[in-house]
Amino acid sequence: MSTTATLPTATAKRTPIVAHHFDDWTQQYDACVLGMWTFLVTEVMFFGGAIAVYMIYRWQYPMAFAYASQELSAPLGTFNTFILLTSSLTVALGVRYAHTGESRKVGWMLIATIALGAIFLGIKAYEYYTKFEHNLAPLLNLPFDYAGPDPGPTKIFFGLYFGMTGIHALHMIIGVVLMALYIPAAFRNEYRDGNSLGIEIIGLYWHFVDLVWIFLFPLLYLVDRSLAAPGI
Amino acid sequence: MTGEIASTTALPTPEREPKNYLNAAWTVRSWLLTVDHKRIGLLYLAGITFFFLLGGAAAALFRLELMTPQSDLMESETYNKLFTLHGIIMIFFFLVPGIPGVLGNFLIPIMIGARDMAFPKLNLMSWYLFMIGGCFTLYVTVAGGVDTGWTFYTPYSSTYSNTYVMATAVGIFITGFSSILTGLNFIVTVHKMRCPGMTWFRLPLFVWANYATALIMVLGTPVLAITILLVALERGLKIGIFDPRLGGDPVLFQHLFWFYSHPAVYIMVLPAMGVISELVAAFSRNRVFGYKLVAFASLAIAVLGFLVWGHHMFVSGQSLYAGMVFSVLSMLIAIPSAIKVFNWTLTLWRGEVTFNTPLLYAIGFLGLFTIGGLTGLFLATLGIDVHVHDTYFVVAHFHYVMVGGTVMAYLGGIHYWWPKMTGRMYPEGWARFSAVLVFVGFNLTFFPQFILGYLGMPRRYHVYDEGFQILNVMSTAGASILGIAYLFPITYLIWSLKYGPKASANPWNAVGLEWMTSSPPPTENFTETPVVDFEAYEYHRNPADRHG
Amino acid sequence: MNTEFQIFPDAASTAAGKVDALYLFMVVLSAVLSVFVAGLVTYLAIRYRRANNVNREHVDHGNTIEYIAMAVSFPILMAIFVWGAKVCFFLFRAPEQAMPITVVAKQWMWKFQHADGRREIDTLHIPTGQPVKLTMVSQDVIHSFFVPAFRTKQDVLPGRYTSVWFEATEPGEYRLYCAEYCGTNHSRMIGRVIVQSPDDFARWMSGDAASDEPPAETGRKLFEQYQCGTCHRPANEEGARGPTLENLFQSRVPLAGGQTVAADETYIRESILRPAQKQVAGYQQIMPTYEGQISEEGVMHLIAYIKTLGAPLAAKREEPNTPVPTTEPAAAEPAAEPAAPATADNAANESEGNTP
Repeated sequence: MSTTATLPTATAKRTPIVAHHFDDWTQQYDACVLGMWTFLVTEVMFFGGAIAVYMIYRWQYPMAFAYASQELSAPLGTFNTFILLTSSLTVALGVRYAHTGESRKVGWMLIATIALGAIFLGIKAYEYYTKFEHNLAPLLNLPFDYAGPDPGPTKIFFGLYFGMTGIHALHMIIGVVLMALYIPAAFRNEYRDGNSLGIEIIGLYWHFVDLVWIFLFPLLYLVDRSLAAPGI
Repeated sequence: MTGEIASTTALPTPEREPKNYLNAAWTVRSWLLTVDHKRIGLLYLAGITFFFLLGGAAAALFRLELMTPQSDLMESETYNKLFTLHGIIMIFFFLVPGIPGVLGNFLIPIMIGARDMAFPKLNLMSWYLFMIGGCFTLYVTVAGGVDTGWTFYTPYSSTYSNTYVMATAVGIFITGFSSILTGLNFIVTVHKMRCPGMTWFRLPLFVWANYATALIMVLGTPVLAITILLVALERGLKIGIFDPRLGGDPVLFQHLFWFYSHPAVYIMVLPAMGVISELVAAFSRNRVFGYKLVAFASLAIAVLGFLVWGHHMFVSGQSLYAGMVFSVLSMLIAIPSAIKVFNWTLTLWRGEVTFNTPLLYAIGFLGLFTIGGLTGLFLATLGIDVHVHDTYFVVAHFHYVMVGGTVMAYLGGIHYWWPKMTGRMYPEGWARFSAVLVFVGFNLTFFPQFILGYLGMPRRYHVYDEGFQILNVMSTAGASILGIAYLFPITYLIWSLKYGPKASANPWNAVGLEWMTSSPPPTENFTETPVVDFEAYEYHRNPADRHG
Repeated sequence: MNTEFQIFPDAASTAAGKVDALYLFMVVLSAVLSVFVAGLVTYLAIRYRRANNVNREHVDHGNTIEYIAMAVSFPILMAIFVWGAKVCFFLFRAPEQAMPITVVAKQWMWKFQHADGRREIDTLHIPTGQPVKLTMVSQDVIHSFFVPAFRTKQDVLPGRYTSVWFEATEPGEYRLYCAEYCGTNHSRMIGRVIVQSPDDFARWMSGDAASDEPPAETGRKLFEQYQCGTCHRPANEEGARGPTLENLFQSRVPLAGGQTVAADETYIRESILRPAQKQVAGYQQIMPTYEGQISEEGVMHLIAYIKTLGAPLAAKREEPNTPVPTTEPAAAEPAAEPAAPATADNAANESEGNTP
């Protein structure tokens, strides 16, 4: 919990409003940060369940997963990883500016993060579109044209691909909406007193969403590329 | 999540009665939008009582059908829908949210000397999510039911059943979030909201038990959420995750499901254990024997509970060696449970025992939970489980734990804290009578089922062999007694709201912060923040208080 | 067969006594512990009731009692575990000479097929004193094969083989249940296991309906229909693009990745349905998938046929020019002496397969 290291109370020029049931601001701050971390633990278990399913099937059908993974665009995935990592930087800068009380810069950083998030989602949508184009989306009984061996496990791979990246994208959309809600406050200069709690919480969330992608990207895009390469 | 900035609503004109959380405001709005943990506790009480009655009615219907071996009251489809409804409602809408939602919400902040939960609005949201999930289940009930059993085994649930699986799944998914938020709130509250002097080892064991429960809720429920979501995706979007026709593994679903649903058993029973600790201590006027070990036993159960899910799958085709590991771990989890039973029993030693209704329930709990726990050992034993798995033996076992354990503790707790929650006393005579009736009815209902199970009657059977009839008739007779016995408390507790004698701040002469504030407590629990300089259950601080 | 009131089930298999002994031990242990707890609670509650004048002086004790309780209960629990595991090993480890029967379950019936081809639905005839091994698969949802009198149970899964074995001891009719909830008529998915003396069983086996085709024979026809033999032939023959299936069953197959895998029923089944997953070393992945094209019963027949491809190899080594005989002796003359030869033959196949 490194975020607690820079507790804003000491530098606060104006005490933030403490809710009625808390004794003081420190208690409220600690409670909120602990609450967010606990929430992230539940998220870890949530994605953990999906990743466990993936692991079991990958172990059971290594070849099918390796071949199916070739159908995903590694360059697009890599680019998206770069985008998302950059967005983590901008949100971290946002938290930093909230600590130092540069409220407007917080607003700009949030806008930058949202923009990067939107780019990510756009590329994701394009990838989904191409999968539908090439009949590689095994949903709703759509036609599934797959030339490789073993279409069954391949369908499971694409099912997991759509499921996991879909849930991840949903988390990103929620994050983008939440950040958008903070922008007006930032431009009203409300973070000038180092009252960074809200920004820190949303920052934690965004970093988590980022981290999930760091797991999803290699699991889905980079499966045994050498193994399934032609000629071997 | 960003700091609850709730300004205290302006209170209406005070009445003659001292102001408390109940008479602080009278409007419906003041209840539906309340952020007071005590009012939310009462909202939960209303919600789960409703669902308990609904689930009970389903049970009454299919118990009637089981009077005879043939199908006479209903078709198989109806029967299957009824037991599914009973299971889903009782587990997800009564047992899991029951004690944490009602007693936990009401008591934890008071017991630790806080003014409210750490996140009051989130707490209210938990209740709404619970009710929304419940509405989905009600919709399913009205629209035509669901017939998968509460376990939703694939591929039946994902492919073959043509009932309302999706709506049910959505309902449980939403209720799951209610559970997660409650757990999150409990954890943060216990960590950050304790009043000065309230150290971890001064916490009442009810708080410890709910803390352990909250850990399971936070760690286990998300896995249920993703599992249910995958089944819903498979059913709704036709993505095959567990579909054997694609090479998917239906047993994988069982692993994921039990990874939550076995710990969920401890979500249901740990808070009950916490209640029993309070009841036994209060009515034997004694410190809980081996306090620290009981507290650690709760945590041990919470941790070990995550490692034993495979004992539901000994005959599912999982490897024999995996079965052995799960069997050993399931044996180990008996130890902390046994420690607790012995410690509650020994709490009576050198105590000063009064036989009020809550203690009667607690003693009933000790007997029934002991039988439930010991028959759990049968099921953990590989060689026996192969025979009794999926028979009535299992049904009897988990009803001994869930009904004989959790429901007994819940009723005992409701009676014990009723004066605190409502400011009124319940009628003691009626209450003792009902407690005994519940105990008798319960045993008559479920004990024959152990015998049925070893005889080999599979569970979820609508029609059965004639040889099983006598035991089934006994079970149905017991269920009738049990059903009537449950109606008594509901009736006289409602009656007591108006006609019961006014309760003093501490009618049981018990210790604990909840008895140091008025009955019912004021909106923020205490007129000033308490400072704790005493241990939990300190009944012998002043020996002069003690009789004998 | 469960038509009269009982409080203890019939015991009709070699496993029943073992399970019952453990169960009764547990019942006694539980009864003793329950009575102890109930007695202690009653005694303490009455002795220390408020009205009684007794010593209530508070004693600060350590946790000795709890530690003693743990130290006593742990070995007891472990003993129960070991005993339970031993019984379970007995329940799940089929003897080698067990008589094979295949089971296909579907909503809501049980289909059995004996090694000589005899088919039965919802009724299973078996002899006493002969271990029987069922290889089971489901066509739709999960079912569970449960015969209380035999004290054994095994889930029947779609898409994967499971097996269960038992040796009946008492002739009679015993109830077979589906124990895993499988939909509307779950409670009607019941059947009978008819246990007969070996003589009666042999007589039954040679009865009128004994003309069902043996599974290996059906499998051979399927093998030809799908032209499996075009590629799957010995490596020295021309056109052998797939690994030979002779002597395959129970051998260890080297895979492309360097591992080896035991060629049991499950492996053969997967190789037919999803051939690319476990590629045999030295061969190209050219085999198409047969997923969804062959019924579960068809796959079982193919496996039965492939199993018979083990035995003739020895003969073939001596006379390399003779074509592989594709019929097994029992199949050739099913009416003559069906029961004993079928079992003996299959046992021979299996034991030979074990020494590759």
